[in-house]
Amino acid sequence: MHNKSVAELSRELESGKISSVELTREFLGRLKKEDEQLNSFISITEEQALADAHAADEQRAAGRATPWTGVPFAHKDIFCTNGVATTCGSKMLANFVPPYDATVTANFRKAGAVCLGKTNMDEFAMGSSTESSYFGATTNPWGLSKGEKRVPGGSSGGSAAAVAARLVPAATATDTGGSIRQPAALCGVTGLKPTYGRVSRYGMIAFASSLDQGGTIARSAEDNALMLNVMAGFDPKDSTSIDREVPDYTATLNEPLKGLRIGLPKEYFTGNLSAAMEEQVRSAIREYEKLGATVKEVSLPHADLAIAAYYVIAPAEASANLSRFDGARYGYRCEDPKDLLDMYTRTRAEGFGAEVKRRILVGTYALSAGYFDAYYLKAQKVRRLIQQDFINAFSEVDVLMSPTTPSPAFIQGEKTSDPVTMYLEDVFTIAINLAGVPAMSVPAGFVDGLPVGLQIIGDYFSEARLLNAAHQFQQVTDWHQREPQ
Amino acid sequence: MQWDIVIGLEIHVQLATQTKIFSGSSTAYGAEPNTQANAVDLAMPGTLPVPNEQAFRYAVMFGLAVNAEIERRSVFERKNYFYPDLPKGYQTTQLERPIVGPGYVDIDLANGETKRVRIHHAHLEEDAGKSLHEDFHGMTGIDLNRAGTPLIEVVTEPDMNNADEAVAFAKKLHGIVTSLGICDGDMSQGSMRFDVNISLKPKGADTLGTRTETKNLNSFRFMEQAIAHEVERQMDILEDGGTIVQETRLYNGDRDESRSMRTKEEANDYRYFPCPDLLPVEIDEAFIDEARNSLPELPDARKARFMEQYGLNDYDASLLASDSKLAVFFEAVAERGKDAKLASNWVQGEFSARLNAEEKSVADSPISGAQLGDLVVRIADNTISSAGAKKVFEALWTGENDNVDAIIDAKGLKQVSDTGELEKMVDDVLASMPDQVAQYQQESDPKKQKKMLGGFMGPLMKASKGQGNPKLFNEILVKKLGG
Amino acid sequence: MTISRKDIEKVAVLARIRVDEEQVSALEKDLGNILDLVDQLSAADTDSVAPMAHPLDAVQRLRPDEVTETDQREAFQAIAPATENGLYLVPRVIE
Repeated sequence: MHNKSVAELSRELESGKISSVELTREFLGRLKKEDEQLNSFISITEEQALADAHAADEQRAAGRATPWTGVPFAHKDIFCTNGVATTCGSKMLANFVPPYDATVTANFRKAGAVCLGKTNMDEFAMGSSTESSYFGATTNPWGLSKGEKRVPGGSSGGSAAAVAARLVPAATATDTGGSIRQPAALCGVTGLKPTYGRVSRYGMIAFASSLDQGGTIARSAEDNALMLNVMAGFDPKDSTSIDREVPDYTATLNEPLKGLRIGLPKEYFTGNLSAAMEEQVRSAIREYEKLGATVKEVSLPHADLAIAAYYVIAPAEASANLSRFDGARYGYRCEDPKDLLDMYTRTRAEGFGAEVKRRILVGTYALSAGYFDAYYLKAQKVRRLIQQDFINAFSEVDVLMSPTTPSPAFIQGEKTSDPVTMYLEDVFTIAINLAGVPAMSVPAGFVDGLPVGLQIIGDYFSEARLLNAAHQFQQVTDWHQREPQ
Repeated sequence: MQWDIVIGLEIHVQLATQTKIFSGSSTAYGAEPNTQANAVDLAMPGTLPVPNEQAFRYAVMFGLAVNAEIERRSVFERKNYFYPDLPKGYQTTQLERPIVGPGYVDIDLANGETKRVRIHHAHLEEDAGKSLHEDFHGMTGIDLNRAGTPLIEVVTEPDMNNADEAVAFAKKLHGIVTSLGICDGDMSQGSMRFDVNISLKPKGADTLGTRTETKNLNSFRFMEQAIAHEVERQMDILEDGGTIVQETRLYNGDRDESRSMRTKEEANDYRYFPCPDLLPVEIDEAFIDEARNSLPELPDARKARFMEQYGLNDYDASLLASDSKLAVFFEAVAERGKDAKLASNWVQGEFSARLNAEEKSVADSPISGAQLGDLVVRIADNTISSAGAKKVFEALWTGENDNVDAIIDAKGLKQVSDTGELEKMVDDVLASMPDQVAQYQQESDPKKQKKMLGGFMGPLMKASKGQGNPKLFNEILVKKLGG
Repeated sequence: MTISRKDIEKVAVLARIRVDEEQVSALEKDLGNILDLVDQLSAADTDSVAPMAHPLDAVQRLRPDEVTETDQREAFQAIAPATENGLYLVPRVIE
């Protein structure tokens, strides 16, 4: 049962072959056993899940089922869940139980899905390895058979690892600079970061507001489409959410790809991309040619500036977004503060981990008097140049394809000593967030037994086309079906 | 040395919206602490702001009322600083593109002249909560009900040169925002708060001196005192050869003293940047036209109308027109009472004095404009004397009775105005006072004669049991005495 | 671009994060490396480029002025570090 997709589980529930309670019990049993090794969950909400499963079975019996009614899944621990601890991977929020739901959480609740728990993540979504979580690192299920402890990527490493290990069929995730696509690639699963504004950010704990976007991780493109059907849509509670019709993303999965124009950004096939990685990606692209697509080289001339622009804008926004964690109203407060300043400075020194503090300090510096123009304003201008690159490219082609990451999953601890080395993990993903366009990572082969991701980038609001392209690829390949031992 | 005083004002005006600027929480005053602070106001993780349309409508109305340009595409910035009454750790405000651009307000000076005070801009922002420093075991209590209440901050150019001008401007602004209905104007509840920037320069000098900012003055009286205090402080320093430190100061009105809050060197680095949770706000012509069409009569126009329609003089018209609630009350009195001059006298006199004495606003008045109008009618038609009128007013105010005529009857305040009856009383009194009559008739100085008339009034009032119309008695006396 | 110890101390105060003396050197190195990465920006020609605050060229929607919230103080204060009489309690400001 744990190997079935969301679409398959939905059909089994509909046919009455299995109840949601039975399904939920099976997944919970597996989760509690297997996750000791992976640490992909911060919390498992067994009681709530079983209650929800009961309710789902009743809904189905009453003929009021959606495709999600009774299907187990998990939320990244960045989405606020009413009555369930929401930690964002931080000591700061280790005791935080929100009395409200994120819009994404509420949408899954309405759809009748059964949440099994909250997945692990880099603290405040700042990282590419899920090693900075206050609740310990998550281990990538790939590599375990060789006795290696590799990172699952990050920041949504818990969601990606859990889906890869078949602990849940699907999990929500967020992506600010690659946090869905990079872990999806490193764990051999399928992930989608939608267009900025497509999915509500309300109740999704903010890292960098103009870059953050909620999205999906599942094994197949079809399951990603089912997830996005629940998540996407206008939200009056999020000023940056876009009021635009939401298509049924499953409806167009089977469109033929004949005539699809694929662009290969030359800047994404250079540098530290290994020959073996490149070969896997090019072989995937040849599959697309077989499906009738045409391929041409394109250029994103400002690609090399993306990391620099990102590491000004994201920390600057974060420095303000994380000011609310001050020990006054919720979350961690240091012991015996001697005055107000002491409460602030110790609460924040003790409650935040090293990477979060580094980014707050960098962001504060970039916004401070005398540096604003050289850093923040300059980065915003470069951001427009980067966006223009994508607009130009999409005037020539329908989608862009590239590797998701320069290399497969690395060994835990390998990149923690130098933050900048870690930042370079996102070299192919970060520009997409700056532009705000949607992108996916799709399993496309293996190097040394470790998964390789193909990144598919689309124009604004072209999620349906991306899912269609990914789904068609998955009809002729089985990389996404491979299971780690 | 002679000094020029240069004053600029920053005024925080709380907008009278139903809800907060970025959330659907109520802004009603006086609720239990933190019962009107929702997840957004408390800066709970993941929560996001959505701006209130009415706050923009009010800001645009204000802009139109002060002859200002309306910014068609305004932007919100974050102003970053830590304080327990500021839950997000930043205030959402407008810096680069405020909703209201440059404008002006004309103020009336005591010498009868008009002075133009330029407005630099006015921006929308959110109010902070309140810190309560009473003792909670050595802790401070935080109430966030006020956090997120919409404000416009009005910033003037340094166009005022003394405390009178600054207060005149403040009162004028108060009249404008209350007339617009965009602010309740209740200063005791902090609905309007003034920051005063003051500098001194040698008389006639071109360059401005170093300025200080005195913050959070919440009454016209404190504002006047704080300016006087700060001017004197700066003058003392400068005349001793010292220099003024650019700083923010706090004024204690009860003790008439001020202290430094922070100097420029200690000033925070606020790290303003555009709020990424909010998009640019576009105001189109239709929105502005709608706001323009909804503008009520403003103090300047009302003053002109009062002079024209009621024949009031400049001073009375200006005073009554400046406060919208007082103006509305006056018009109700004048409409019912017919005699506008008398209505004006009673509204500015007895009525205002009584409000002040009891620290009440017009809205809290126990008597209505119609009641005071009825009273004016009875004064004008000589039914009661002014002494009687004061008794009626007292009875209305205390709620003893709510009907003017009923009070007059009950208290027997009606004047006797039947000339036949009065003439008989005069005849009787004159007959009983032959010596005084003779004295009067022998007197050649009309001034002295006039004075002597008073001698007959006492017995006449006594004969009429206080109800004779003194004006008529006077006329009859003069006639009978052959004056 | 290097960042000095003084700069680090300054931003730590602005950000209200206590930085102990022994942490400053490591931060100097790490933040210096990050700023070196970021300094690539200065090479870009952005003379005629307008800054971009948002990915989408959308404008702000405004909300009708209607009360939609009810009192949830009890729920919010149940997760607060310290409250009394409905107030959040914080240590005194020492000036």
